[in-house]
Amino acid sequence: MINEETANHPTPKTYVSTALILSVLTAIEVGIFYITSLGYWMIPILAILSIGKFALVVMVYMHLKYETKLFTIFFLSGLFLATAVVFALMFLFKSF
Amino acid sequence: MSEQNNHSTVENTTTGLNHRKLLMWAFLGSDCMFFASLIATYLVYRGKSVTGPEPIDLFSIPVTSVSTFVLLMSSMSMVLAYAALTKGNLKVFRVWMLSTAIMGMTFLGFQVFEFRDFTVNHVKIGCEENNAKYTELENKFSSQQKSDYKKQCSEGKKEADIEFGMTPRTNLFGTTFFVLTGFHGAHVTLGVIWLLSLFFYSFKRGAVSADRHLDVDLAALYWHFVDIVWIVIFTVVYLFGVYEGF
Repeated sequence: MINEETANHPTPKTYVSTALILSVLTAIEVGIFYITSLGYWMIPILAILSIGKFALVVMVYMHLKYETKLFTIFFLSGLFLATAVVFALMFLFKSF
Repeated sequence: MSEQNNHSTVENTTTGLNHRKLLMWAFLGSDCMFFASLIATYLVYRGKSVTGPEPIDLFSIPVTSVSTFVLLMSSMSMVLAYAALTKGNLKVFRVWMLSTAIMGMTFLGFQVFEFRDFTVNHVKIGCEENNAKYTELENKFSSQQKSDYKKQCSEGKKEADIEFGMTPRTNLFGTTFFVLTGFHGAHVTLGVIWLLSLFFYSFKRGAVSADRHLDVDLAALYWHFVDIVWIVIFTVVYLFGVYEGF
């Protein structure tokens, strides 16, 4: 039984492949953490890996990539404001 | 169109979309702001504690990496449960749903273990003159801990056993850390209850079916959300927390 709304959703194979990618990215994150020679480069690398994992879960598992744009707008508005709040507070309290 | 039959592409609503799902996305957007305020508070007060312990004294990255992996895998099993349901395969749905709930409970178990470990943390420091570990920790010790160390050493012990645990009242790091991860844990707990409710509800004939997949879809969205929040917490609080350059 296939319904219209979920017809364009990925297959279980894609879900498992995504889980593998997420596991590898987590392993890389932890591995990089122990490479002390990276110095301050560690921060942007870990941040990019984390954003990648975040985006994968949102787009594939939460189906945002396959859903109507209005859902994306609702979620990204909150996410954008949330990120702005974090940076605003950090600037305000000179936490950089 | 009946509310029960929520699988069609166009809903009889002002937006043409299912408003339960729209509301869930709005809620998730607002919950992003909730967690952002907690993460911002943690970052603002980072390194401003008057006494220890600090993240580097407590965090175990290997242990937290395992719990992170468990939560990531629970997201996979959740989406596989949803996929099985949309294909009308209720038995497979139940297997994946129960797996997701078990992995959620495992994550909570890790969190309880971690919280308890932080609370009862002790350090053993040799009593010889200019002990390197004591020199390292002296600035993080409270006056009580310093006097404990001197008292135990004056009693002729070779090694002093100092209580160096952390509760929400110990320091700013403790307060912000427990509030942030505690609220995340509360979200996971609520998610586990939701998943188990759907699992047991699926045994009632027709209660959970492909035609009513939206009920599971909403629970899945919530579950994936707690996963993405943890992805951020793991990097910002744990990895950046232990990295001295941050």
